[in-house]
Formats: sequence, structure tokens, C-alpha cells
Amino acid sequence: MTPTPNADHIFAALADATRRDIVLRALSGREGVAELAGHYPMSFAAVQKHIAVLERAGLVTKERTGRRKVVLTNIEGLSLARGLLDQYESLWRGRVERMTSLITTSEETDA
Amino acid sequence: MTVTAVHKDANALTMTLTAEFDASPTRVWELWADPRQLERWWGPPMYPATFTKHALAPGSHVEYHMTGPSGDQPRGYWDVLEADPPRRLVFLDGFANADGSPNPDFSRNKGRVTIEPIDERRTRMSIEFQYASTPAMEQYLAMGMEEGLTGAVGQVDAILAEGVTA
Repeated sequence: MTPTPNADHIFAALADATRRDIVLRALSGREGVAELAGHYPMSFAAVQKHIAVLERAGLVTKERTGRRKVVLTNIEGLSLARGLLDQYESLWRGRVERMTSLITTSEETDA
Repeated sequence: MTVTAVHKDANALTMTLTAEFDASPTRVWELWADPRQLERWWGPPMYPATFTKHALAPGSHVEYHMTGPSGDQPRGYWDVLEADPPRRLVFLDGFANADGSPNPDFSRNKGRVTIEPIDERRTRMSIEFQYASTPAMEQYLAMGMEEGLTGAVGQVDAILAEGVTA
């Protein structure tokens, strides 16, 4: 029942729309903090803060390419969220199965 | 299979599931609106749900608890945002303390249910869940794990034969 701090950080990081967008843009790993900041109507410092949250959650890293530093999405961090969603899918599939059998049972009773 | 489509977005933490039933929209709505029917499908077999307070209207507060195999009783609640029978239901699903009051330590997941006729005999139900950012997701999954093992199509024996343990 005890949540791992890692998962906790990931979900907190992904709760924000700007941070989700940064994760998507950083998949290409071509932009640095300054370029990323240019996409959003907020201050450079604010974007820097968002990137720091993502870094702490292990969702992005800063990588050196030549003289520049680019922000790169960590695919493994995202795959944890995907694994949890898979389990939710199984939960809901079970619910729909039970809904279906309830409907079928009541039809037989009505007939 | 009655589940016709599932879409998961790991980045946005959303899951959308579409299912079809050989029944009218009114009949499908009843599965949500009648608490006695709701408790027959909401909880996994190992965690049956009991709804102690239930009304589907905008602003209404629904209370339920689940009963686990070892007698543990996690409590939850819905805050109903929209209810338009038999077509649409939007609610926030959260965890509650032992006295039924909302537990603010866990964020709430938002569920959107859309029910629409396909033709005279069949109905399509879509469920979109936007998961919150916190341990709430894992807390639910502690129960979802049971579902993974026992719920899907009742293939417990096959799973056990493969040596998979929870």
C-alpha cells in the first residue's frame, strides 16, 4: 500500500499541463532550457522551475551535446506511468464484464 | 468482448474505455444510478463495494466503502459534478477517512461517463478517467491488483498455473 516516492514524484510532475508539454517537446532532445522557455507565455525562471520538477521526478535529464545543454525526456520514467494505466485498464475491463453479466441476468429475469 | 476500444495516454494520465451493451441507454444508466446494482460491479470480487449514501445529481455526495479479504475497509466518495440521465455523468472520485470525511492527502480522479444509443437494441458507454498526480493512483491499484488477477475473465487457475503471484 505504501507508494514509492518515485511514482509519487512522477505523478506530481505530470499533473501540470506545461510540464506535460515539456515532456513531449523534450522527446526530440533538440532544445535547451532557453529554447523551451520560448514556447510558453511565462518567464524563463518559471519554465526553469518546471524543468527542475521534471528532473527531480526523473522524467527529463539535461544532456551535453557539443557546447550546448539540451533537455531530454527519460522514456523509462514515462513507462512507469504506462504500467499503472495498464493495471487500470484491467480494473475497468473487469467492471465492464460485471456490468454485462448484470444486464444479461436482468434480461433473463424480465423475460 | 463488450469492450470495443481502450486508449491510454501515459503523458496526460488519462484512460478512455468504450464498451457496447445489448441494452437501452436507460438500462445502462441504471447500473450507475441504482446503488444495489452499482455495488455488484464497482468493486473487484475480492473487494466488494457498499454504497452507504448515493444520489446522482449535480452537487450530490456519494459515500462508499470496500471490504477487503482481511476485513480492511477502505472508504471512498464521489462528488457529482454533472448528472444528465441517461446520458452523462461526471464525478470526482476520492478517498475518505474512517468517519467518511474526504481525505485531503489523496488527489481525486475525475471520471466522465457518456452513454448513447447505437441503434434500437445497443448502447455505447464511454468512460474517461483523468488520474490525479498522487499516491491516490497507487492506492486504487492496491485494489486493482486483485482485479488483474481475478477479474478479467475469471482465469485465476490459468494465472496461478503460470506461477504469477501478486
